[in-house]
This record gives sequence, C-alpha cells and structure tokens, in this order.
Amino acid sequence: MKLIVAIVRPERANEVLEALFRAEVRGLTVSRVRGHGGETEPVETYRGTTVKMELREKVRFEIGVSDHFVEPTVRAILDSARTGEVGDGKIFVVPVERVYRIRTGDIDEMAVTPPIPAAE
Amino acid sequence: MSESLVQSAPNALSASDTAWMLIATALVLLMTPALALFYGGLVRAKNALNTMMMSIASLGVVGLVWAIVGYSFAFSSGNQWIGGVDHVVLRGVNVDARGSIPHVLFMAYQGTFAIITAALISGALVERMRFSAYLLFIALWAALVYAPVAHWVWGGGWLGRAGVLDYAGGTVVHVNAAAAALAVALVLGPRRDYGRQALLPHNVPYVLLGAALLWFGWFGFNAGSALGANTGAALAFVNTFLAPMATLVVWMGLDIVRTGKATAVGVATGIVVGLVAITPAAGFVSPASAIVIGALAALPSYFAILYRARTALDDSLDVVAAHGVGGATGALLTGVLASAAWGGTDGALAGNVGQVGRQLLGLVVVAAYSGALTFVLIKAVSLALPLRTVTRAERTGLDITEHGEEAYSHDEGTVLVLPMEAAEPVPSLHSVLEPSS
Repeated sequence: MKLIVAIVRPERANEVLEALFRAEVRGLTVSRVRGHGGETEPVETYRGTTVKMELREKVRFEIGVSDHFVEPTVRAILDSARTGEVGDGKIFVVPVERVYRIRTGDIDEMAVTPPIPAAE
Repeated sequence: MSESLVQSAPNALSASDTAWMLIATALVLLMTPALALFYGGLVRAKNALNTMMMSIASLGVVGLVWAIVGYSFAFSSGNQWIGGVDHVVLRGVNVDARGSIPHVLFMAYQGTFAIITAALISGALVERMRFSAYLLFIALWAALVYAPVAHWVWGGGWLGRAGVLDYAGGTVVHVNAAAAALAVALVLGPRRDYGRQALLPHNVPYVLLGAALLWFGWFGFNAGSALGANTGAALAFVNTFLAPMATLVVWMGLDIVRTGKATAVGVATGIVVGLVAITPAAGFVSPASAIVIGALAALPSYFAILYRARTALDDSLDVVAAHGVGGATGALLTGVLASAAWGGTDGALAGNVGQVGRQLLGLVVVAAYSGALTFVLIKAVSLALPLRTVTRAERTGLDITEHGEEAYSHDEGTVLVLPMEAAEPVPSLHSVLEPSS
C-alpha cells in the first residue's frame, strides 16, 4: 500500500476531485494548507505596511491506495491539477506500514480504497 | 418623491423639514455600505473586498460626478428630456430654500440616490470585472443614464408630467439599475466557474447584516422622499416598515413549501425585494395595501431567482430578479392600489384603470433607455480599458489581483517590507528582499 499526498492549487481542487472519482478513487482526505513552491510572491499593502506573501493557499489530498492503484491515482492528479505555471504543486508517494479500517477492523489492502474485491 | 414638492418652491425654509431631511440623507448614504455587506457576503472569500469596494467606491466616484454634472442634468430646469447646465459644479446651489429645505441639502439627498443606484449594478458584475473599468463605467453611467432618468420622473421631465407615479424610485432607481445590470452582465459574460462549480456565499451573517442595515437606511430613502417632516413621510415610513415584513413571511413560506427549510439568504433577499417593491408606492397607498404589495412581490422575484440560476445569464447576485422584477411588480401594483385619499392619484382599484398603463409606460421606457445606453457605454469603456480580468486573476481572486489586499489575511508567511524599501520602485524591491540577486 501507498499513501499518496498531493498538494494542489485550491482553484484546481474540484477538478482533481472529479478526476479521482472518475478513476474510482473514493476514499480520501482533503485539507486546506499554506505553502511555498517557488512562485512569485504577491505584494500587499495595508495602510503604510507593505508585505510580501511568502505562503500561498494550497489544498492537500491524502489518499491511501493499494499498489496497483498508485498509477491511475497519480495520473488522475497530474492531469487535473496541472496549469503549467509555477506553483502547480507536488505529489508524494509514501510507503505505508499498516492500514486499519476503523469501522470493520479490516487491515492493509482490505482497508484502503478501493479494496481488493473479496474472493467470491 | 412627489413631483409637486420638487416643483413648487414657496421659498420658506422649515426647521422641522430640514431636520428630518438631514437625518434622511445620512440614512440613505448608509444604504451603500449596507449594500457592500449584502453583496460582499454573497461572494466567495477571495473576492469579498473587490465586491465591497464596488459599492464603497461609488460613494466617492458617483458622489463627485453628481456634484459636478449629475445634479444639474437631473434637477436644473432644462427641457423634458434632460436638465440644463445651470448647476454644473453646484453653481447656484446655495442655502436658500428649494421646497422647504436648503437647496444644498436637497442636492445631497438626491446624490445619495445616484450613489446607491450605480452601486446596485455591481451585483451583476462581481468576481470578474476589472476595477478600473468599473470605476469609469459608473462615472459615465451616473451622468448619462441615472441623471436623465431622474429628470424624467422627478426633475420636471416628461414621465412625471405623463402622470407616472414613482414615490421614491422603484423605476428610477431599481428598474433602471436592473436594466443596466442585465446589459453589462451580457457584455461581460459569465464567470469562468459559473455553471461548473458551486459558487457559494462566503459569509451569510454579512448578508443578514447588510439586509438589516438596508432596511434601516430605506426609511430615509422612502420617508425622506416626502422631502419634509409631514404626514406623507409618516405614511411612507410605515409602509416601508410593513411591506418587507409581508415579503419576508411569504418568502419563508415559499422556501418551506419548496425545500422544507427557511433559508437565511432567502430571508435577506426577501427583505430587499419587499423594500424595492414598496419604494414606488410608499407615499401613495394605505398601510393595508403596503402589506399586499409586500406579500405579492415575493412571488415573481422568488421564481425569477430560481429560473435565472438555470440559465447562462450570470447576473451573479440577482440584480434583475430582486430589483428589476421587484421594482416592476411594485410599480404596477402602485398603479392598482394608489389612493388619492392616502396622498397619491387614484389607481385601478379606485376606478382609474389607465394608471396601470402609465406605470407600464414608465417601466418600459426606463428599462429600454437604461439597457440600450448602458450597452453603448460599456462598449465604449471596453475600447479604453479591458473589462474583464484574466483567467488566472479570476482563479486567484480579485482581492489580491485588483487591490493587493485580502479580506481574511494570515500573518504567518508574510515578510514585512520596510517603509524605506517600499518607497523604492518595484524592481529594486526584489533585490532588497533577495540580496543574492
């Protein structure tokens, strides 16, 4: 299993979600984060105070997937999150030691989305 | 404002009339910041300041245009179509009586109407229009659309003489602004996310606060249109008190019947629609009729909003449904329910069926003039300045791209640029912050 962590532009978040659902990735966590990825910083002025905004709003997706789902998931994110300009974000694929599904107590491959279908 | 009061000039100042009109002028001026809150809460957080600035900027831009040319075009004696240049840059606008109040006060009171009418248009343009183009547009619009229309109805022009009843501006303010909003929204085109993503209000408490303050200010708008502290003002005040109550209740009822829940944004919208609808009737109908107007006005606007959301027309904050449809409903019902006993001309219910036709004439002419000339003006502005922000700016949000500020800023991750450095031109600003380059 892998944990896929993707940091994307907030304005692309809906497209990413849609692409993931199309790729049948249904279990994920989303959070609003702030970060810096080398893009130019906007300058803002409040009365006499001028500041450079070093951190930009981003959205972080965290998705636990079984190994054979890593490729489709990453491809879905790459295609949907890209604008071609600096600041499009990153995808990290991280090995996962253990996964539990809290509701059922399922472990590992059975606990990530989509699960490997049970033998019928 | 009843035309006879504008026209007659007995040149006798009244202390009580002056006292009331001083307060009424301040009340109407408050409606524009209230509109900023109402509109600002309805947009996404990244465009909150830009949306509020569209209203607030009107206080300055349209206010000055009014003082320089607008007042003269609307209220100096010219011909049937437009006033003259007698009062350009407030020449001859002194403290002598106009009606029973000082002329300067009459000018300021009318100016507050021009300011809010221009600001109303912005509801159809939010989240995509360049701020500089907007400023140029409202300056031109106030002088060339608002002022002549005000002249037609209130300044001694042809619609007033034709017997169109518009107590405080259902047609002059609301139908006028809505027709302009429609024209500009069509030229601008929809927001890039419109119809693809949910575009949700970011702060509904602001919307409620804005609606409440609009109601408060509207007492100055309608009761002040009596231009004095008199029985007409009291009637307009009470009608402005009652009509939105009826609209609010009917609006909640429609919400509950349709979805099972009364919504806060719906209630705020209902209040505004009720206020719009009673505006042309305020000093011409009985309080019972005001309740009827308020209740009936909820229906067309409610369904117009539902319908608009399914169309390609991105009238983002429903200026047409709330102010155009609400204003038209109010103007027509004024023709039905107006009563000579309460200060108006008798309407259709009292046997004067022709009044409905006169009201319809006023609506159609003002909407057509405003829509057509606004279309020409916005096209002219587009020759001088780009109307729309670029796609990337629309994604980032107009607060940052148009104003260099955020409504809800974070202090972590910001680097202070020291005042001495900020005073230098931008290229060297970068070299100061990044000494290696």
